[in-house]
Amino acid sequence: MARYIRHACAFCALLLAALLVNAARVQVVQSRLYDDSPANRRGAIARYGRPRGDILVGDEPVTGSVDTGEQLRYERSYKDGPLYAPVTGFASQSYGTTFLEHTGDGVLSGTDPMLTPLPLWSGVTRGPGRVGNLVTTLHRGAQQAAYRGLAGRKGAVAAIEPETGRILALVSSPSYDPGELSGNGEAVASAWARLNHDPEKPMLNRAVRQTYPPGSTFKVVTAAAALDAGVVTDLDAHTDSPDPYRLPGTTTRLTNEGDGCDDASLRSAFEWSCNTVFAKLGVDVGAKNMAATAAAFGFNDAGLRIPFAVAPSTFDTRVDRAQLALSSIGQYNTRATPLQMAMVSAAVANGGQLRTPYLVERTTRHGGETVAGSGAHPLRQVMSPATAARLKELMTDVVREGTGRRAALRGALVGGKTGTAQHGVGNSGAPYAWFVSWAQADDSPQPQVAVAVVVEDASANRGEISGGGVAAPIARGVMRAVLGL
Amino acid sequence: MTKGGTTVAAAQARAPAVRLPRRRGIELSLIVLAVLLSVSGYCAVGVARTGTVPPGAAGYGAGLGVLALLAHLVVRVRAPYADPLFLPIAVLLNGLGLVLIYRLDLETPHDQAAPAQLVWSTLGVGLFIAVVLVLRDHRVLQRYSYVWVASALGLLVLPILFPAVNGARIWLRLAGFSIQPGEFAKVLLAVFFAAYLAANRNALAYTGRRLWVLQFPTGRVLGPIVTIWLLSVGVLVLERDLGTSLLFFGLFVVVLYVATGRTGWIAVGLVLAVLGAVAVGRLEPHVNQRIEDWLHPFRTIEAGQGPNQLSQSLFAFAAGGVLGTGLGLGHSILIGFATKSDFILATAGEELGLTGLAAIFLLYALLVERGYRAGRALREPFGRLLAVGLASLLALQVFVIAGGVTGLIPLTGMAMPFLAQGGSSVVTNWAIVALLIRVSDSARSQYDGREAP
Repeated sequence: MARYIRHACAFCALLLAALLVNAARVQVVQSRLYDDSPANRRGAIARYGRPRGDILVGDEPVTGSVDTGEQLRYERSYKDGPLYAPVTGFASQSYGTTFLEHTGDGVLSGTDPMLTPLPLWSGVTRGPGRVGNLVTTLHRGAQQAAYRGLAGRKGAVAAIEPETGRILALVSSPSYDPGELSGNGEAVASAWARLNHDPEKPMLNRAVRQTYPPGSTFKVVTAAAALDAGVVTDLDAHTDSPDPYRLPGTTTRLTNEGDGCDDASLRSAFEWSCNTVFAKLGVDVGAKNMAATAAAFGFNDAGLRIPFAVAPSTFDTRVDRAQLALSSIGQYNTRATPLQMAMVSAAVANGGQLRTPYLVERTTRHGGETVAGSGAHPLRQVMSPATAARLKELMTDVVREGTGRRAALRGALVGGKTGTAQHGVGNSGAPYAWFVSWAQADDSPQPQVAVAVVVEDASANRGEISGGGVAAPIARGVMRAVLGL
Repeated sequence: MTKGGTTVAAAQARAPAVRLPRRRGIELSLIVLAVLLSVSGYCAVGVARTGTVPPGAAGYGAGLGVLALLAHLVVRVRAPYADPLFLPIAVLLNGLGLVLIYRLDLETPHDQAAPAQLVWSTLGVGLFIAVVLVLRDHRVLQRYSYVWVASALGLLVLPILFPAVNGARIWLRLAGFSIQPGEFAKVLLAVFFAAYLAANRNALAYTGRRLWVLQFPTGRVLGPIVTIWLLSVGVLVLERDLGTSLLFFGLFVVVLYVATGRTGWIAVGLVLAVLGAVAVGRLEPHVNQRIEDWLHPFRTIEAGQGPNQLSQSLFAFAAGGVLGTGLGLGHSILIGFATKSDFILATAGEELGLTGLAAIFLLYALLVERGYRAGRALREPFGRLLAVGLASLLALQVFVIAGGVTGLIPLTGMAMPFLAQGGSSVVTNWAIVALLIRVSDSARSQYDGREAP
């Protein structure tokens, strides 16, 4: 009988071996499969089990974490939520993450391998890494000035430091408080529904995700193309441009708001925003050269990340001459984000060189130690330095004595260009007011800020809407804040 | 005969009585170690959850320590030759179970199970002490074999009169207490099987018809066996308890094999088991669903109904990895219902990792192996079969439940011996250990000069 007891014992050993092999299968071999299952709540519990890293403006965090004591323990909180929403986006337990909360999620939630000093060991212990912080390039004063300037009207502001590409302000209005979406309760669901159905679209990031016809502000691009292509060599020479201008191949007559555009020089045409002169200029430069210059400024680039994606601004390259004429004055299919127009202004201010804009200055560990800097951002020669210098001159004139006088700052050299963009069926919609500009303090060697402002104020009196009247003062406030005047 | 007799007598006369080491000191040190391990686990839970040593740590340690010491003293006095590993392993598993239940209690403030489990553990140790004290010789049990089988069947049938709980009719609910009579019945059946087979093993092994390669016993001897098999399937169908019926059947086949040494029995057993399982799996929706869950653990997730208990259990094991999350730091509570009973192993797997799980499996394996060893050392068939039966009971139960929660075999609602919340289970397992101690005491004492080796 002892032999059979041994057999039975061996059978039990076999059962034990099967248990151990199977446990190793579940816990080691296939653990990734189970860990990654969307139905497994452990990932979410771990993710929300500790305070999220912060997004900083200057030295101060604009985010925080609230301990709810629930299973998903920490909820995101925001200081000045509506002000920074276009930059931070939201971090919601129910609806995921957007903008910096999204692109920086690895660092903020502590899963980024960059944060762990010993990745292999952490892999074995599966301990949670420490969370990190994101320090933005934003200028607190500029951001506040832009938000205050818009005062709840529909619109957006983008400001860039021309020499580096650092984004100093990124504002969209009307805005919302991302803190309302942080948790997972009923209040969050109703806030989500309300924000999504709001006709004012408060969650739309108008600064980077909405394109507008740039109107006359696009004349900066057309002028750059004309100067670089040699179509215009003397700013003060008469151009051969009739008023009204018949669009080539059509019977449509293009007119101007004001007088004195007949054969006007580039200087005065720029100063008084003559549509006829620039429409003809675009046709003279040709579709190919216009498209090349627009692309150099950043139009038709679907790959721009700051680090979140920016909606591509468009300049239609398959156009007949009449469409090219309209495209050259920022109408037809020409569309731009406010950030794109700030880039146009920045390229002019920076001697024709454009730095790719960026929003994250550096990534730090919890204690503040830098783990990654912003790195070198690509530099692109958009136009010749001579062309840039002449454009600066033209833009300065606009502010000194043209349509952009309300952007002038005492103690600084300011250049700008107004725009009033028609849109809607038969141009029935209230026009968009644009202003693009740059500013250089008198004691500074180069321009310190380039700004683009768009205001799409449907309620305002149509006659009053103009870049110079509505948008320029907002740009002025932003430039003043950056320059510290 | 005279020659043999004289030789034995001469050998006895020549050799001085061999004194087998009793090893009670080792048992005591191991018990102290087991209690210390349990208390440190208890403290680890508190530190992980609140940052401080839990206020009940001293009380918990003292309670477990006193119980273990009492059991040890009784063994020291009444079963001095018993294998020194049984008691420490039982104390450690029971202590660890209390820690895990206490740890899960922290997540369910409205449902505290650890205090009741401590009361049941005390009752279990009480029963252990009573058995070791009262039962001087395990062979006494053989005399009442029909009493055991009658009570076992009675206990099994009893729950049919009570309403089903969570789809299974295996509980008795009396005055707020719930008892699982099937748990007690399994020990009584093990005793009956051992007694019946010890009495009839010659008839089973050597009589009957030969059919192809199998030697079948006569109907008179076969009758009770078929009855038992039918009963086990009957229990399953009426009470929807796949686990218990599988356990009884496995127990029976193992004991039968050891008693007769006929491989044919295993073949017959397997054929019957497969037939029974297939029939029940097809016909019984409750069981059929368990099998579907086993084959496709993620089917409810794919159907958009969220994870079921088995996939939650697999998530828990996977989350543990090799080293585990640490006591108190896992989320096995997500499994929901039955985390403290059927799925307690998932908490061990998540928080102690594969390492801790393997250690727990090895503790059970050691317990089983020591049981078999005691059986092998005995020379009288009843004791042998009793030890084999009890050890197999533990082994099969561990395999069925651990295999179920880790997705190796279809899930059956059963309690992990000593570890899981469940009064009947803890008390029964203490009784099993008491019987094993009694058997191993006589196995080891027989060499101690009283009888020839």
